[in-house]
Amino acid sequence: MSEKVLMKGNEAIAEAAIRAGCRHYFGYPITPQTELAAYMAKRMPKIGGVFLQAESEIAAINMVYGVSSAGKRVMTSSSSPGISLKQEGISYMAGADLPGLIVNVQRGGPGLGGIQPSQSDYFQATKGGGHGDYHLIVLTPASVQEMADLTSLAFDLSDKYRVPAMLLADGTLGQMMEPVMLPEPQTEFPEKPWALTGTKMQRKHNIVNSLYLSPEELERTNIERFERYEKIKANEARYESFMTEDAEICVVAFGIAARISKNAVIAARKEGIKAGLIRPITVWPFPEKPIAELSHRVKGFISVELSMGQMTEDIQLAQHCLRPTMLCSRAGGIIPSPDEVLGAIRKMQGGNQS
Amino acid sequence: MKKDLLFAGFGGQGILFAGKLIVYKGLIEGKEVSWLPSYGPEMRGGTANCSVILSDEPIGSPIVAEPDILVAMNLPSLDKYESAVKPGGTIFTDSDLVERNVSRTDVKVFCVPATTLARGMGAPTLANMIITGKLIRETGAVSFDGMEKALQRVVSARHKDLFETNLKALKIGYEL
Repeated sequence: MSEKVLMKGNEAIAEAAIRAGCRHYFGYPITPQTELAAYMAKRMPKIGGVFLQAESEIAAINMVYGVSSAGKRVMTSSSSPGISLKQEGISYMAGADLPGLIVNVQRGGPGLGGIQPSQSDYFQATKGGGHGDYHLIVLTPASVQEMADLTSLAFDLSDKYRVPAMLLADGTLGQMMEPVMLPEPQTEFPEKPWALTGTKMQRKHNIVNSLYLSPEELERTNIERFERYEKIKANEARYESFMTEDAEICVVAFGIAARISKNAVIAARKEGIKAGLIRPITVWPFPEKPIAELSHRVKGFISVELSMGQMTEDIQLAQHCLRPTMLCSRAGGIIPSPDEVLGAIRKMQGGNQS
Repeated sequence: MKKDLLFAGFGGQGILFAGKLIVYKGLIEGKEVSWLPSYGPEMRGGTANCSVILSDEPIGSPIVAEPDILVAMNLPSLDKYESAVKPGGTIFTDSDLVERNVSRTDVKVFCVPATTLARGMGAPTLANMIITGKLIRETGAVSFDGMEKALQRVVSARHKDLFETNLKALKIGYEL
């Protein structure tokens, strides 16, 4: 067992990726994720890997497409405006069924926005982002430890289902330092018989492509892909449940917002309010089941987000609007305080008594 | 037990470094710890701050809005955060750079002429370590025993030669 070390979230992602067998990193610097690229620039040349600062975000994601086609683990990282630039390449990866990791250390938007933390790329991450019918597997770490753990998991899930994965973090998690136990280096990797590795004149050549001019054929690829999405929804939705056993008010929050919310739930309990927290660890697939189950016994849900309210819609859908969903959020790079979340909890508690 | 610390000052005063040192010491002592810096343009000459939490329990929010302990290495930092300190908390200032007294009466205050003391030992940039030494002495946030080990992990390989002077400055602050 390795010992706990202090690392920034951005660095923990980089080291965990290397330990997960990633030897190819392509990126372009942007605050607040630059430490990730800097770590890769330092480490990759020493371990026979490739760090390449591309001429643009668009170039970087297309390099990811190339390396993934050859069957290797590969990643890119950026922050919100840079992730928007990558969307075309991400859609092509989805269309060509290529695995790979895209890290988004979110900052406030839209446009160039600011550099402070945000969660306002939720729609973009979970509903597609680029053109066409597709999803990414989207993981949302809430600690530096999870920045490392979910990086490994993202590579594994992405390879398993041939679906690109996204780690959806934010500036706070990227910049903060916490103790982290790094995963052991991975030594076994799944076979990729579809990869472009050279036929050696012994097999039929593989094709990696997202162009299908026959509508019947294109429809078939879409349907097959959505069958895989159904499997992912059934098997890979992950969440943490905190004090929900007897909860009357259920807070739903991911990432940094979940940590703030946990403080608020504990404070509410001290006041005798039965609050609980569901923390999605994957936001696609969204953990619909626990929300649906809780909807039969809670007064309502409070969505705590660093956006104008995006996950709110998934909470409403998961429980078919059976209970009200209140929004408690700040935008533009501001993080709600535990007191603001506690205020929302009190409001919902009081609202139902009257 | 949970202690919220806020280190604030100009970029370049070693604010983030001081926070890191406390966090490493906390980690070695088996505490739960978190360290969150302000980032962006303010790091280049503007104001810098970092939130540090030491706790026996897992840490929720890593943001320190109401510190138990405030280190204000310049006047803007004291102006900004003095009112946020919890009643009964502690404020440390570098009295060479903060040209006013702390007006709160419900907190403990230590005005340390840290820059003068650092200059006296020939290392004017180590005012941060002098204040940190004093902070450990007065608050017991972490133990001073075994400080060398924490310092070893924070001083970068490039600056190994500065280890001894940092340790000396810490001791001067601790023994004030």
